[in-house]
Amino acid sequence: MTAQAGGAPTASGAPGTPTTPAAPTRRRGSGLAIARFAVARVVGLVATLFVASIVIFGALFLAPGSPITFLTHGRSMSPEAVKALEHEYHLDESVPAQYWHWLTGVLHGDFGTSILYHDSVGSLIASRVVNTVALVLFSAVLIIVLGLSIGIYAGLRPGRLAGTLMGTSTALMAVPAFVAAVVLTLVFAVDLGWFPVFGSGSGLLDRIHHLVLPSVALALASVAFVGRLTNAAVREELAADHVQTAISRGLPYRFVVRRHVIRNAAVPMLTVAGLTVAGLIAGSVVVEQVFQLNGLGSFLVTAVQQKDFPVVQAICLIYVTSFVVLNTLIDLLYSFLDPRIAVGRGPS
Amino acid sequence: MTTLTAGEVEVTPPRRRTWGWTRGLGVSGWLSIGVLVLVLLLAVVGPLLASQDPNEGNLAQGFGAPSVEHWLGQDANGRDLLTRLVVGARTAVIGPLLVVVASTILGTVLALAAAWFGGWFDTAVARVVDAVFAFPGLLLAILATALFGAGLPAAVAALSIAYTPYMARIARSAALRERGMPYIAALRVQGIHGLSICVRHILPNIRTLVLANATISFGFALIDLAGLSFIGLGVQPPTADWGAMVGEGLAGILQRYPQESFYAGALIVATVAAANVLGDRLTTRSEGRS
Amino acid sequence: MTTPLLQVEALNIALPVDGELRTVLHDVSFSLEPGRTVGLVGESGSGKSMTARAVARLLPPGARVRGRLEFDGASIVDLRGEALRRYRAGDVSMIFQDPRSAINPVRRIGDFLTEALRINGGMSSRAAGARAVELLAEVGIADGARRLRQYPHELSGGLLQRVMIAATLAVRPRLILADEPTTALDVSTQAEVMAILGRLRAEYGMAMLFITHDLDLAAAVCDETIVMYAGSVVEQHRGASLHEDPLHPYTAALAQARPDIDRATRRLPAIPGYPTTAYEVPPGCAFAPRCPHAVAACTTQEPQLVPIGDGHSRCIRAEELRGRMLTGPSTTEGVA
Repeated sequence: MTAQAGGAPTASGAPGTPTTPAAPTRRRGSGLAIARFAVARVVGLVATLFVASIVIFGALFLAPGSPITFLTHGRSMSPEAVKALEHEYHLDESVPAQYWHWLTGVLHGDFGTSILYHDSVGSLIASRVVNTVALVLFSAVLIIVLGLSIGIYAGLRPGRLAGTLMGTSTALMAVPAFVAAVVLTLVFAVDLGWFPVFGSGSGLLDRIHHLVLPSVALALASVAFVGRLTNAAVREELAADHVQTAISRGLPYRFVVRRHVIRNAAVPMLTVAGLTVAGLIAGSVVVEQVFQLNGLGSFLVTAVQQKDFPVVQAICLIYVTSFVVLNTLIDLLYSFLDPRIAVGRGPS
Repeated sequence: MTTLTAGEVEVTPPRRRTWGWTRGLGVSGWLSIGVLVLVLLLAVVGPLLASQDPNEGNLAQGFGAPSVEHWLGQDANGRDLLTRLVVGARTAVIGPLLVVVASTILGTVLALAAAWFGGWFDTAVARVVDAVFAFPGLLLAILATALFGAGLPAAVAALSIAYTPYMARIARSAALRERGMPYIAALRVQGIHGLSICVRHILPNIRTLVLANATISFGFALIDLAGLSFIGLGVQPPTADWGAMVGEGLAGILQRYPQESFYAGALIVATVAAANVLGDRLTTRSEGRS
Repeated sequence: MTTPLLQVEALNIALPVDGELRTVLHDVSFSLEPGRTVGLVGESGSGKSMTARAVARLLPPGARVRGRLEFDGASIVDLRGEALRRYRAGDVSMIFQDPRSAINPVRRIGDFLTEALRINGGMSSRAAGARAVELLAEVGIADGARRLRQYPHELSGGLLQRVMIAATLAVRPRLILADEPTTALDVSTQAEVMAILGRLRAEYGMAMLFITHDLDLAAAVCDETIVMYAGSVVEQHRGASLHEDPLHPYTAALAQARPDIDRATRRLPAIPGYPTTAYEVPPGCAFAPRCPHAVAACTTQEPQLVPIGDGHSRCIRAEELRGRMLTGPSTTEGVA
C-alpha cells in the first residue's frame, strides 16, 4: 500500500512518507540501531525546521515593495512607530543578522509585536492556542476511535453492512470540512438546536459542547479515509499466508485476529491515522473560521486580512513545527512497530 | 507458465499488455469521467450559457424562492443562484486544474531526472522535496495570499509548489523501479540517449500512476482552493465561485435558507468524489500492470 | 489392509471467480494410510495445492466442495467450530511453500513456536519456551534460545523452513501436509530440509501428503505418487518407478523435462503448449492438445482411470504406450 497524495481531503498536507516496508535487511543490535535511526530522524527534523524558518522569515523579502512598506502596508504610522518597527525587525542590519535576531527571538518564545494590537505576538497566540489544540485533539480521537473501529469491523465482517459503510466512506471522503460544517450547523445547531451555532464557550463542559460540531466537521472526511484504509489493511492481512498458517494450526479465531491480523494491520493503520491527524492542523483553519472558534486558525485569517505580518509568521511557524514534529513521531512509531524497517532507511 | 522447464529454456519476452486508457475502469470509473467532463465543460462554456448577470441582484428579492425566472432561487442579495453556480464553475475548476498541471509536470520531470541521474542530484531533490513537505498546501497558500494579496493567482502558485513533492515522490519510486528493469539496461547498452529512454520508455510505463495521482490531486486542490475562497482569501466577491458561495450562504443557513451553501457544496462534493473514484480506479489499474 | 487415515473420494471443488464457480478439482480420489507418504505431482494450477488445502479446510470463502473427504473415518467437510479447531490443532499440520510469508514477520520466532504450545497445549510460557528450544534442536538448530528472540527476516529461508518443521513437531500430528516445502529454498538447503523432514516423519510415524512438481523427489520420498493434470488425477503409481515406468503420457513428458545431472544437455525438452486449468478442459482427454501420442479418439472420448502395472492411468492408450514413451534426455535412442 502506498500513501496516496495527501490524507483525507482536509489533510492537504499529509506527507507521503512511504508506508511500504523497505526490503528486509538484517539488523545488528536492535537497541543501538533504533537509537541511531531516531537520532537520524531528529537531525532531519531539525534541518527541515531550519529550512522552513528561513522560508517563513524570507517571505518578508519576497513580498512586493520593501520590507518596511510591506509591514506598514500604507498605514499612516508616526515616524517613531516606523522607527520602532525597523528596530524590531533589525532592518538596519544585514539580512543574515536580521534572520539571526528573529530566530533567537523565536527560540526564546519572542515572536515580535503585533502591528495591529501593539501587543506581544507570543501572548496573543498563547490565549488562542488552547482552542486549536482542543479542536485537533477532539478530532484526532474521533478519527482514531471511529476510523479504526469502522475499518476493522468492515474488514473482519464483510457483508452488506460493511459494504454500506465503505460506500458511505467513499462519499464522505469527498466532503470538505467546510461543507460538512455547513450541513452540521443547519441540522444540529439551527434545526435541532442541540449544539451552539458558533463560539468557544466557557468552562470545561460548555467548551466541549461547543467543540462537538467543529470536531465532527473537521474529522468526518478523515474518519472515512482512515476507515477505508484500515478496512483494506485488515483484509490484506486476513488473506496473508501467515494468517492462513495460524488458522491451520488450530489457533482460536479471536486469537489469530488479535495477534496476527490486527497487530500486523496496525502498522499501516496507525501510520495513516497519524498522518491524517497531522494533516488536520491545516484543515483546522477553515473549521475555526466557520464556527468562529477563537483559535490560531481564525487568528491567522484575521491577521492575513489585516496585514499583521508578525502574527502570520508566528502562526505559520507554529503550524509547520507541529506538523513536522508529528510526522517525525509517526515515522519513529512506524519503525518501532515493524521490526523489518531497515535502519538507515532514507527519509524519502 | 510451466514450472517444469529448467535450464536452457526458450524465454519469450513478456508481452506488454497494450491496455488503452479506458480499459478496466468499470461503471464507477466511467461515471466519474462523465461527471468530470461535464464539470470541465461547464467551466469552459458556463459563462456563455448564463442568460442573467451573475453579479446583478435585486436586494428586495433576497433568498427568493425558485421561480420561472430563477430556477434555483436567489441568494441573500437577490442574485440568480443557477447563474452563479454555472459561472462559478470556472474559478472552482480552472484553479485546481492549473495546480495539477503545474505540479504534475514539475513533479514528473524532477522525478525522472532524480531517478535517472541518481547520486547527488537525487539527494538534492529529495532534500528540497522534504523541505516543501513541511508546508501543508493550504498553509502555503495562506502565506502566499498574506504576501501578494488575496486572490487565486498567488494561491494557485503556492499550491502548485506544495503539491509537487507528492507527485515527485510517487513518480520517483516508480521510475526507479522501472529504471532497474533489464530492458532499460539493454537500451543503454545499445547506446540510446538517456533522455530518449526516459521519455519513450520510462514515462509511458509510469503514466497511469502519474495520471492516477494527478486525478486525486485535482480533488485535493479543489478542496484547498474552495476552502481558501470560503474563508475569504481566495476568489474575491462579487465574483461567483463554489467555495466562496458556500461561505456566502452561511448567513442564509442561520435564517434557514440553506440553498446557496447546499448547491455549491454539492457541486464541490460531486466533483471531488468523481476525482477520488477515478483516481482510485486508475491506481488499481497501475498496480495491476506492474 | 489397514484403514486409511485420509480417504478422498470423488472430490470436486469449485471456486468463485468473477461471480461464477470454476471447477478446480475434478473427481479426485486417493487414500493415505497411517505412517505412509503419498505424493501429489503436477504443474502449477493442476490442483495439487488445492487438494491439500481442502484437507486442512483452508479453502477460500465461497468454495463449493462435493465428494467425500474423511480423516480417520470422520468427514472433514462437516467439521465445525471447536471440532474443526481441534482437528487442525492436533491431527494435521501444514508446511507451506514459502516460510518467509507463512510466518508472521512482525513477531519473533519464539512467539511463532510457542503460541500453539501455550494456547492449544496449555503450557506456561516458560515451559513452552524450553520446549521450543528442544524442538529447534531436533531440526538441527543448536542456538535455539538465541533464535527464539530473533525476527523472521533475520533468518535464512532454510532456517525458517526448519522452524516451520519444528512447529509441526510441536503438536506431533498424525498427518503432515507438505506443500512444496523445498521449492522456495536453494538447492543445497533443499536436501537438508528433506532429510530432516524424512527422519522426523519416520521417527514419529507421521503420515505425509507431499506436494511437489519434482518427479524425482516424489519418487524418492513417497510410497505412492499421484500425478495431477488440470484438476484430475491422470496417474496413480505405487513404488519408486514413476519416472522409469510412466503409465501416462503426461508423466512421461514430465520425466523428459527433467534436467539430468549425468549428462550435459544442450536443451531440455519442454512440454509444448500451456497447462490447461480444470475450468477450460476440452472434451475428451485434458492433456490431448499437448500429448505427442494423441490420436483422434483422445479428443472425443473422456478417458477413465484404469488399473495398469503398479497403479492406474487415465489414458485410453495406456496399455499400448507402456514402456514405449520417452522418459528422459538420456534415453534419446529409446523407441518412439
